[in-house]
Amino acid sequence: MLTIKNLHASAGGAEILKALDLEVKSGEVHAIMGPNGSGKSTLAHVLAGREGYDVTEGHVTFDGQNLLDLSVEERACAGLFLGFQYPVEIPGVANNYFLRASLNAIRKARGEEELDAMDFLGLLKKKAALVEMDPKFLTRPVNVGFSGGEKKRNEILQMAVLEPKLAVLDETDSGLDIDALRVVSKGIESLRSPEHSIVLITHYQRLLDYVVPDVVHVFAGGRIVQSGGKELAIELEKNGYAAFESAASA
Amino acid sequence: MSTREIKDLTRRDYQYGFVTDIESDSAPPGLSEDIVRFISAKKNEPEWLLDWRLKAYRSWLEMTEPKWAAVSYPPIDFQSISYYSAPKSKTDGPKSLDEVDPELLETYKKLGIPLHEQEMLAGVAVDAVFDSVSVATTFKGKLNDLGIIFCSFSEAVQEHPELVRQYLGSVVPITDNFYAALNSAVFSDGSFCYIPKGVRCPMELSTYFRINAANTGQFERTLIVADDGATVSYLEGCTAPQRDENQLHAAVVELVALEESNIKYSTVQNWYPGDKNGKGGIYNFVTKRGKCAGRNSKISWTQVETGSAITWKYPSCLLQGDGSVGEFYSVAVTNNYQQADTGTKMIHIGKNTKSTIISKGISAGHGQQTYRGLVKVLKGAENARNYSQCDSLLLGDQCGAHTVPYLEVKNPSAHVEHEASTSKISEDQVYYCQQRGLSAEDAVSLIVNGFCKEVFRELPMEFAVEAQKLLGVTLEGSVG
Ligand SMILES: Nc1ncnc2c1ncn2[C@@H]1O[C@H](COP(=O)(O)OP(=O)(O)OP(=O)(O)O)[C@@H](O)[C@H]1O
Ligand SMILES: [Mg+2]
Repeated sequence: MLTIKNLHASAGGAEILKALDLEVKSGEVHAIMGPNGSGKSTLAHVLAGREGYDVTEGHVTFDGQNLLDLSVEERACAGLFLGFQYPVEIPGVANNYFLRASLNAIRKARGEEELDAMDFLGLLKKKAALVEMDPKFLTRPVNVGFSGGEKKRNEILQMAVLEPKLAVLDETDSGLDIDALRVVSKGIESLRSPEHSIVLITHYQRLLDYVVPDVVHVFAGGRIVQSGGKELAIELEKNGYAAFESAASA
Repeated sequence: MSTREIKDLTRRDYQYGFVTDIESDSAPPGLSEDIVRFISAKKNEPEWLLDWRLKAYRSWLEMTEPKWAAVSYPPIDFQSISYYSAPKSKTDGPKSLDEVDPELLETYKKLGIPLHEQEMLAGVAVDAVFDSVSVATTFKGKLNDLGIIFCSFSEAVQEHPELVRQYLGSVVPITDNFYAALNSAVFSDGSFCYIPKGVRCPMELSTYFRINAANTGQFERTLIVADDGATVSYLEGCTAPQRDENQLHAAVVELVALEESNIKYSTVQNWYPGDKNGKGGIYNFVTKRGKCAGRNSKISWTQVETGSAITWKYPSCLLQGDGSVGEFYSVAVTNNYQQADTGTKMIHIGKNTKSTIISKGISAGHGQQTYRGLVKVLKGAENARNYSQCDSLLLGDQCGAHTVPYLEVKNPSAHVEHEASTSKISEDQVYYCQQRGLSAEDAVSLIVNGFCKEVFRELPMEFAVEAQKLLGVTLEGSVG
């Protein structure tokens, strides 16, 4: 599904990703954990194609295509979804309207028929129920005035509607209360299937109790310094990153 | 050129005088009493109308070009303009769409304009005259049965002189302002509409006529009268880009609403705005005013302004009748080097009068725009109420938006509210939308349409859809 080889990328003049390798197979769930400022969000934005993040070396293939050749929206239409660490507010544009425009743009790019308002509403209701979102949020402007946790839940709603091949979720669990974490986890878990892959960027092992990852990576100094099973996350929780940070700078 | 010089020149021409050949199809450049007489004679106008034009011309000579608007442009040489030319014959146009500027066709296509309308807009000479003309005739018959008069201004002068005489200049007097005086002196043609007592006009006027009205020239004159209890919705302009070799446009629109009547006037203005560097483009200096003359009457202006190099326009309402209502809903877009100084005036004269102003300004590129709004409550206007909301949206950091609200309240019972906001489309927003599969252009359109929602929903359905597309096309390439 996703293969990253020797990826170097810089932002604001500084090299942030340094010789990163990662392979995510179809159907797998990977967790990436690492200290603040180590480059996890940078990785997410580089994958999404954000302007200002320049790849200086390396290759990324996604679903058989050279990902780095595609524009931001082409990547999205190819099935890459980024759950934002800081979801953006869009005043004046209703959440449901936005999501329909998004879904139809992606469907159109895939050569599928656009959903009409009625069919979309049916789908949206189902997905909103899945993430236990109050319907009143559907007609409010996108993320405007949403609380931190509500914004995260909204990201998962979008993911559930768009059903991407690969979802990269950047700290979607941060700022969620205990009940919300359970609900959001349920949303993430619902995407899990042999055709879909998920990359969870997180600081907390708690999320991984609900969404059990196939692989856990330790991210430090702009690359993956160790990979392992779920037990690696438990170990990190106990001992912190100290051991790995010295490894990264070595 | 200073105004003084203009006047000198004008006088000089007049002093020497010249005789214009009444048989000729167009007047030589320049303005004089002679030219005013020529225009009036060409149109076979009654004496009183000629006198009216001459009076306007003489007042114009004494007036100076307004300078208070926040727009700048090289001085206009009023003596270099030709003030009359006969409507062009069809055979001058291109023979088929193949001969039309492909860029223009591309825009038509983006706006989803049907092929036969494209031909009309581009001035293609087609013999089998289009559906819409026959449709127009059918509708005319239907309107006739209801006693509704809807015709060109020239026709109204011939067929209904008493109505024209009664209402012409009753809302915008000839001395109102420099451009209104100029228009009154030399106006070419326009539309006239009268809805008799108690009649509700069964269709949006001019939907089917918009092409026919395209050739009315640079000094257009519109007069709409709704008699007691009448209702009418009028559409002006069209979303397709309109080109015109005349740079200066100075139209006057007058609306008269009598007791319990209701006039809704919607405009989509898309004159050629000039190229990317701001060259060429129409100067649009319009005077639009409605008078709520009767009790409980209502006038509602809705406008979407995307064209012109310079727009100077303040559709206004005189709320004279007790309980009358004035509304102004506006979207104005300035891109590249466009400049717009626009807004409204709500003059509360009668008791319990109410006004609403919703203004949405969008600036992109080097576009500059100013919202200028006046809310005036006169002494006798007991319990007047106004709500104003002016929002500006900026795309990029080279453009500007300015809000200048004026408030004059002479009656303490008035209730006046004003809200304003300025926001910016951020790269983050566009990126977020793109990550959800939308192109940068669609992202901007989505955000802009969201911003304009309150105005668009006031437009007649079909117009609203076109206006949304138009905004998308207008702002194309302004982000990213
Ligand atoms: N556009 C930019 N310009 C300059 N520096 C940047 C830019 N983007 C990221 N950085 C820097 O790159 C480093 C990595 O940032 P990034 O947001 O990827 O970290 P992170 O691992 O997601 O951290 P956190 O856990 O706090 O979210 C930081 O030091 C950050 O300041
Ligand atoms: Mg981060």
